[in-house]
Amino acid sequence: MIEARGLCKRFQDKKRGEIRAVEGVSFRCLPGQIYGLLGANGAGKTTTLRMLATILEPTDGTAIVAGYDIVEQSEKVRANVGFLSTATALYPRLTAQEMVEYFGRLNGLDEATLKRRIDEIFGRLDMDGFRDRRCDKLSTGMKQKVSIARTLVHDPPVMIFDEPTLGLDVMTARTIVEFIRECRNRGKTVIFSTHVMSEVEKLCDNIGIIHDGKLLAEGPLRELRAKYGEQDLEEIFVKVVGPHHVAVEA
Amino acid sequence: MNARNVGFVYRKELTEWLRDRRTLISTVVIPLLAFPLMMVGFSALAIMLVGQAKKETPKVMILGGEDSPAVLEGLRKLDNLEIVPSTSNWKEMISNKEIRAAVAIPDGFQAALATGEAKTVLIYFYEGELKSSFGADRIEKFFKDYRDRVVRDRLAAKNLPETILKPFEVKQQNVAPPEKVGGAAFGGFIGYMVILLCMTGAMYPAIDLTAGEKERGTMETILSSPLARLDLVLGKFLLVLSASLATATLSVISMGSSFSILGKFHAFSGGQGADLHLQIGVKSAAAVFLMALPLAVLFSALLLTIALFAKSHKEAQSYLTPMTFAVVIPAVASLMPGIELSPKLAVIPILNTSLICKEIVGGTYHWNYIALIFLSTCVYAAAALFLATKMFQRESVLFRS
Repeated sequence: MIEARGLCKRFQDKKRGEIRAVEGVSFRCLPGQIYGLLGANGAGKTTTLRMLATILEPTDGTAIVAGYDIVEQSEKVRANVGFLSTATALYPRLTAQEMVEYFGRLNGLDEATLKRRIDEIFGRLDMDGFRDRRCDKLSTGMKQKVSIARTLVHDPPVMIFDEPTLGLDVMTARTIVEFIRECRNRGKTVIFSTHVMSEVEKLCDNIGIIHDGKLLAEGPLRELRAKYGEQDLEEIFVKVVGPHHVAVEA
Repeated sequence: MNARNVGFVYRKELTEWLRDRRTLISTVVIPLLAFPLMMVGFSALAIMLVGQAKKETPKVMILGGEDSPAVLEGLRKLDNLEIVPSTSNWKEMISNKEIRAAVAIPDGFQAALATGEAKTVLIYFYEGELKSSFGADRIEKFFKDYRDRVVRDRLAAKNLPETILKPFEVKQQNVAPPEKVGGAAFGGFIGYMVILLCMTGAMYPAIDLTAGEKERGTMETILSSPLARLDLVLGKFLLVLSASLATATLSVISMGSSFSILGKFHAFSGGQGADLHLQIGVKSAAAVFLMALPLAVLFSALLLTIALFAKSHKEAQSYLTPMTFAVVIPAVASLMPGIELSPKLAVIPILNTSLICKEIVGGTYHWNYIALIFLSTCVYAAAALFLATKMFQRESVLFRS
């Protein structure tokens, strides 16, 4: 489970002064569910997810991920999380298997378990053909599969995806979407960020709309449709974000 | 700290490092080939060129001297000079390397010798041109021998001994053993090279493991693993240190072999062996490495810290280039004549190691200074490593945008 409790992140910028990237974000995501964080570029999605994955430390507030506090028990949180984004690249000079093995060992797996997990994941993702090929020689689709294997090797109960389909072709993006769905079916807690409305509509059990670092609306798609009187998610998004946009620009 | 995880990071970094062609070139190929090529190759070429120049019979021109037939006859009899007929454009011919030198015998030179009047013989040559110098030297030797003969004849005529002009001899005699002579001549250079290579060997991996990772997007990948940042920085640091020491070791082996080959080549070609006598014993080599070790730690930690600030390879290179000067200047300062170890200099990083390496290669072990330098450099190295671990904790550095 993920439970964010008033997460805040402020950065200092020499020119712009203090930047409030995330301001008091609270939500809950349950096992076997997908929570979609929807927002425009710079809305605070990546910062929120990085805080949940303990890559960044919150300035204020906290979150409980898989039963551990992200501030107090960051290493335990990371051991129970699989984090995937288009920014999480692969080591170019390692082979696909070495890459996954490395992360398995860092997650504390013993050699026998690691071998079993790798054989299982590589078989399931049809990766045996490029097991020993260096990551810099792999196609984009193959790389994404290695990244998925890397996040799954320690079988984490929580999966965090930060715009995982950004810049990918249709077929590779479909693989990722299928993988996210499979994670839910296996009872994992899944949170992912995107600005692609169709992905949210297809996948999410709960949706959070984030803008200027604040969570402005939250709930299942049907509730959001009823609340804002719109069927199309894009229209709902514009209605939620619109007045704030005007306020900022004014 | 989790030693197991530090080991995993180190092993992974080492695997990637060994698979990088650029690494192999900068760490293995260049140190192993550059020195032999530079030292043996250039020396062999220089010896060959000098030998060829010596073998040549230089063409020289005699200006005047018609009233000094004995001198002209003496010059013409020399088989290591070719006398060419005199022309008015002799200066141009020397400059154009058509002749190597010219000698102007003053009017009435021979007659003046008989009366005891001192005249000046001028030798014209092309300064900086090797073959021209050889030609001028042979003419000068002829005239010096001739002058000595005249002096001897004059002394004999007056029944005076030759010692009247040279009542006693004065000589300098070296008492230092040959390896110390070699150490004094080349010891500073060895220390300088070890220090410089410790730094250059660490530079590329330090950039690749920090700014390079940020640029490739793998920094975020590793930060999402349960690995503690302290373990991450230690694993990376150990790899950078290994690269630094590997480069320095291979370079010293390569330099030692080059010196040995050069010495043999020099002895074979009939040169004076003493001035090339350099032997680095196992004890000296081990001592130099022991002294260089904390310095390599200091460089590795500092380079890692500085490179971590950068967002890209290119940016990191622009930060680290000034660092080369900061290392080269104190290392070169130790090569300056007259600079010797003192308690104050012994705590100046880089300069102190360079100075002590010079002493060690020369076979002198000042244990007090060795302890002081080793410990002070260890303190600086520990501070740099502490700084590096702190930097890896800072989000503003890791995610600088």
